[in-house]
Amino acid sequence: MQKMPKWADVALIPLINILIAFTLSGLIIWAIGGDPFRALKTMVTGSFGSTNGWGYTLYYTTNFIFTGLAVATAYQARLFNIGGEGQAMLGGLGVALVALSIDWPHWAIALPAAAIGGAAFGAFWAVIPAYLQAKRGSHIVITTIMFNFIASALVGYLLLNFLKVPGNMSTESAGFPAGTNLPTFSDMLAPFGITFAKNAPANISFLVALACAFGYWLLIWHTKLGYQIRAFGQSETGAIYAGINPVRIVVITMVISGALAGMMALNNVMGEAERLIDNAVEGAGFIGIAVALMGRNHPVGIVLAALLFGFLFQGGSELSLWEGIPRELVVVIQGLVILLTGALDNMVRGPVERLFLMLHKGEA
Amino acid sequence: MELTHKSGRQETAAHDLPPAIELRGISKAFGPVQANKDINFSVAKGTIHGIIGENGAGKSTLMSILYGFYKADAGEVLINGQTTLIPDSQAAISAGIGMVFQHFKLVENFTVLENVILGAEDGAMLRPSLAKARKELTRLAKEYELNVNPDTLVEELSVGHKQRVEILKALYRHADILILDEPTGVLTPAEADHLFRIFDGLKKQGKTIILITHKLREIMDITDTVSVMRRGEMTATVKTSETSPEHLAELMVGRKVLLEVSKTPARPGASVLEVENLRVVDEDKVERLKGVSLQLRAGEILGIAGVAGNGQSELLEVLAGMQTATGSVRLNGQELDLTGAKSDARTRRKKGIAHVPEDRHDEGLILEFSAWENIAFGYEDDPAYNKGMLMDNAALRAETHAKMERFDVRPPHPRLEAKNFSGGNQQKIVLAREIERNPDLLLIGQPTRGVDIGAIEFIHQRIVELRDQGKAILLVSVELDEIMSLSDRIAVMFDGQIMGERRPEETDEKELGLLMAGINRKAN
Repeated sequence: MQKMPKWADVALIPLINILIAFTLSGLIIWAIGGDPFRALKTMVTGSFGSTNGWGYTLYYTTNFIFTGLAVATAYQARLFNIGGEGQAMLGGLGVALVALSIDWPHWAIALPAAAIGGAAFGAFWAVIPAYLQAKRGSHIVITTIMFNFIASALVGYLLLNFLKVPGNMSTESAGFPAGTNLPTFSDMLAPFGITFAKNAPANISFLVALACAFGYWLLIWHTKLGYQIRAFGQSETGAIYAGINPVRIVVITMVISGALAGMMALNNVMGEAERLIDNAVEGAGFIGIAVALMGRNHPVGIVLAALLFGFLFQGGSELSLWEGIPRELVVVIQGLVILLTGALDNMVRGPVERLFLMLHKGEA
Repeated sequence: MELTHKSGRQETAAHDLPPAIELRGISKAFGPVQANKDINFSVAKGTIHGIIGENGAGKSTLMSILYGFYKADAGEVLINGQTTLIPDSQAAISAGIGMVFQHFKLVENFTVLENVILGAEDGAMLRPSLAKARKELTRLAKEYELNVNPDTLVEELSVGHKQRVEILKALYRHADILILDEPTGVLTPAEADHLFRIFDGLKKQGKTIILITHKLREIMDITDTVSVMRRGEMTATVKTSETSPEHLAELMVGRKVLLEVSKTPARPGASVLEVENLRVVDEDKVERLKGVSLQLRAGEILGIAGVAGNGQSELLEVLAGMQTATGSVRLNGQELDLTGAKSDARTRRKKGIAHVPEDRHDEGLILEFSAWENIAFGYEDDPAYNKGMLMDNAALRAETHAKMERFDVRPPHPRLEAKNFSGGNQQKIVLAREIERNPDLLLIGQPTRGVDIGAIEFIHQRIVELRDQGKAILLVSVELDEIMSLSDRIAVMFDGQIMGERRPEETDEKELGLLMAGINRKAN
């Protein structure tokens, strides 16, 4: 045995990482005078203890699945799309423009139209950095970060000057017509006789996100295009040898990545706010990087990692609400999880790998 | 091995000197792979000792243990009769061991002098170290014919000169034992001769040299003693004067090997490839191909000989569609696009050109991909591999398994990642993919680089078989032996041009060597 078993790689190591992060967070909570076990209980019951909690947790999870898939798609071609934030903002603009364009008769028609709108705007925001990278060699990390700022300024400007309802004090668009309101979990589960909290924001776009995760799996591992994306990601000279056009792959990959980030707006803009608000993305684009990293760019991993971060978000806000633990500290806890699962992954991996090799030697 | 061990001791007793290096019972395992198994061997002071063996025989592992890169699981190392611990390369250097790697470890944008003192500076200030090194280099240059201008940037040096810098680095660190890993792989015959003269000089000064190579002729020419490794074990140590290349080859693979390729005379048919006035200018505006013209017929092998870096790679890349060029290339009488969207590798493949690239790690294979994914590499749009919008992975795996059986790829597991196969088996995967496409023209670069002798035989036979089926084959290799034994015609490249064309039966290695160095005696 040269390597440790696969289950250790995909399940055990992330679990240990999370445990360490939680232990550290517990120590911090204890240090500022809180009770770490009560805090954990509050987080768990707050996010999984009621249908209302589930409704919020799954709402955040949906956001993170979209952005996590966006980062993972780009990463298959070894492109670091740090611009999920901006692409999701532009996606929101696309969704808003579609939703406000006509008086939609039914959500089932509005949803695909809005999905196309969000995806197209998100893709547009990703394709410019992609083109600059492929043709001019401008580094995609830099350009996508810059495009986050441009997106924020652009959407703010458009909201303030064109989309805002005259007389309204807040920078937000008009409310979307009723025909675009997506069914929530409460609406979806009612026919089955299950009662779900009415005001929880989780909605049908969660299923869209799961469908996208399946589509991602098909694309990457079962299509020619996915094959070419992965081959290009592994070796650019190899791609040229095989006759895979690098410019084409970079542009197409980023179009798909940006489209996935843009579709996040189905959830937060169309599903929850039902209008376009300034700064509606709330950092989900960046969380997507951690989600993809922790999910090892595999759809199942991404969905599970997104659920973890959904829990951290929902549990975190419960924490600040009920335990008097400041909001900033909740961000610290989230940061610790990202640090441990992402950046410090090797800290745990090395010792665990050695342990497995030792155990194996012992057996032999 | 006990025998060798004893005789080594007796010899030292005769010379009244302990051996420069003695290894006792060295073992090293990587997981289940026993890379070195109870190795005992000694190298007498002031001799040139060769180590040969197939790829994966454990030569590099052994040398890495000597240089402190790996820690042996068992056994001890004695330097000049003293048990020595070598936990890292610093310890190896202070024990007097110098290593010249196959891939040079030089800082390209430093001068020779700066490279030599790098890591061996005497203090925080550079000036005194540089002055000292300059004096020392002058002395070493005189003593060992190691002439290199100390103020030249390394990137401006030829490969042969870079290697001299590596040797100088070792000598500057007072190395008494020099280990060289495949030192002549990248040299012209003249440069190699010069290197061997340097070895002689070093030997006369009492230095000990360990030469790792797979070239039997070098072993025969310059070593005093030779050790053979096979599957992690040292199977024999013999005096060079008492052995023959055939015997050594047999020891290496454990059976008799055909070093010559058996083939019938070629029966060239219609012209397949016509290249005229091909020119390539690279990104740095350097002209890499300076008007190459050649012709290749069906059913013949044209070998391109030359020292690496004289335009052979560019020639292959242009023909394979990886590099744009000017000039004219006709395949079966049809003009090929040399620039633009239709000059890519995929278009070339569809026109009947298959390509086994020089660099299988970076080009021919995706190492992280499994074998079956690699079998589709470059052909993933083949209808046979697709079912509607999706790829037919199951069919592809089945086909891969069949191909692996036919090409004797071991182990024949389609799901195994390419990086887990040995060099020879990786090359067979590439060959299985390209040859079985039944191309009109096969471009093949360094077919047996890093491939063990058993697989070389197999690969050569396949190439000849393809020729006998009436295909045209363009072979690029830096191995003259390979060019001589496989080709029906040989063209020699130097500095981006074809220096001349010869028939293998009408020429010899000496003449080809001169052509490779840019000297054409027959030129008008």
